[in-house]
Amino acid sequence: MRTTWVVFRRELGSYFATPVAYVFIVIFLALAGALTFFLGNFFDRGQADLQPFFMFHPWLYLFLIPAIAMRMWAEERKTGTIELFLTLPVSIPAAVIGKFLAAWAFCGIALALTFPIWLTVRWLGRPDDGVILASYVGSFLMAGAFLAIGACMSAMTRNQVIAFVLGAVVCFLFTVSGSPIVISFFSGWAPQPVIDTIASFSFLTHFSAIVRGVIDLRDVIYFGSAIALFLFANVVLVDLAKSR
Amino acid sequence: MVEQGSAAPATQSGGEAMISLRGLTKHFGAIVAVDDVSFAVGRGEVLGFLGPNGAGKSTTMKMATGFLAPTAGTATICGFEIQDRPIDAKRHVGYLPEGAPAYPDMTAGGFLDFCASVRGISGGEKKRRIAAIVDRIELGEVLHQPIETLSKGFKRRVGLAQALVHDPDVLILDEPTDGLDPNQKHEVRALIQELSASKAIIISTHILEEVHAVCSRAIVIARGRIVADDTPHGLEARSRHYNAVAVTIPTPMHDAARTELLRHPKVAAVEVGPLVNGAVTLLVIPKNGVDIVGDVGGTLRARQWPFDQIRVEQGRLDDVFRILTLPQV
Repeated sequence: MRTTWVVFRRELGSYFATPVAYVFIVIFLALAGALTFFLGNFFDRGQADLQPFFMFHPWLYLFLIPAIAMRMWAEERKTGTIELFLTLPVSIPAAVIGKFLAAWAFCGIALALTFPIWLTVRWLGRPDDGVILASYVGSFLMAGAFLAIGACMSAMTRNQVIAFVLGAVVCFLFTVSGSPIVISFFSGWAPQPVIDTIASFSFLTHFSAIVRGVIDLRDVIYFGSAIALFLFANVVLVDLAKSR
Repeated sequence: MVEQGSAAPATQSGGEAMISLRGLTKHFGAIVAVDDVSFAVGRGEVLGFLGPNGAGKSTTMKMATGFLAPTAGTATICGFEIQDRPIDAKRHVGYLPEGAPAYPDMTAGGFLDFCASVRGISGGEKKRRIAAIVDRIELGEVLHQPIETLSKGFKRRVGLAQALVHDPDVLILDEPTDGLDPNQKHEVRALIQELSASKAIIISTHILEEVHAVCSRAIVIARGRIVADDTPHGLEARSRHYNAVAVTIPTPMHDAARTELLRHPKVAAVEVGPLVNGAVTLLVIPKNGVDIVGDVGGTLRARQWPFDQIRVEQGRLDDVFRILTLPQV
């Protein structure tokens, strides 16, 4: 617990010690705003809600989150600091969780800084704050799932570019697993229950359910278990690297 | 006295082992990087771990500190087996990995704070310990600089500070003086010597003078195996040049002197040096390293050959090192 907290503090601090944090936050805010107003037709819809804002989050996360996650383990391997880190009295689960929580908290900060869009919609009309809060929670959970995938991919390699590409591809597959891109690959030969199961893995489906304003326990459990699964795989990968 | 097999290895002093390796072996695919390495180090011992590059020094240290899992064998630190009780074992170790890695974007001070905090040191105690080590290793002037901007010498010292901040019982230092200038090397050796009374220390190096300067014991490793385990003095005694006598004789007497000396029963060989200022230095090598300075002097005096500068050689570690680590033909 204590070591997780120490690792968390160091990792979060390291985002802000380099330009990474500032570049990420500025790009995220600029893109989120641009997509909402231009592609999302925020004004033309004439509705006081943040649907056009949240609907782009999965696609933004798709390439921004693997960029945050790619350095987590690959960079430590590249610079050799992993040898120092893993010979300190820190258990591997504590290290994995500390790193993940720091990155997640960082995403949370970026997400929280989008609050002017909420102020805007409140100024323009009377939005349902409950739906907006639920959407923020959903977006944060989804960011966590993307991050856990990215962290796991980062633990597989010492090359950050490979970590980024792998992370983006796996995140993409999870995002669209309910869509024809993935389903058509399975339909025709796989039995229907398998196809339904794959389709139910879709981040989009679960996210859009939350954005409608209902935080269904099943959706929360879905994202929670996706995070847990990939963090577990992350622990296994770091542990395996010891006996390579 | 090469120790092998998985019987409990002994410390040099016979005291309780703080760190003990038993039959440590590591395979990388088909390559055997470390092959059945066993030794134990007790409090007060400084073990010099010697070997050519790629002999398995770093791999052994990585296994001893729990960074790599051994293919076979175990490492125990202060009674805790590194694979079974890694956290307990790691608490007792200060480790300087090869190349002294540190987070480049952190400041030296922030990095030491992190290492101390992870090791459960907090509050005033943390401040006091960091201040003490910064003072001892003279890091004060770079404390607020990012580590990536530091010189090689300072980076190495930050790595040393990190390994010492929690006052560990066991110190494992992989090439601690690599990249330091002669003054800094001297400082680090003095520090190691100062610490050695209360700790068990392993340092790896390929600088042989370092073994002489700080180590109470030296293990030579080649191709993953221990080929010698002895005191630095004991290693020197294995040199062909141990107790050899160098004597300078004016020409042309040196030829006759050489022939005469070779007849002496204690003499194994006589090497002839270059001609300098009308004199030649003969290096008289004894059989089995026995003391022959009296015999050489006596032989020369008996024939009334003039000579000056007679001195006894100490034996050459680099000689021994080369003989031990080159593949046997």
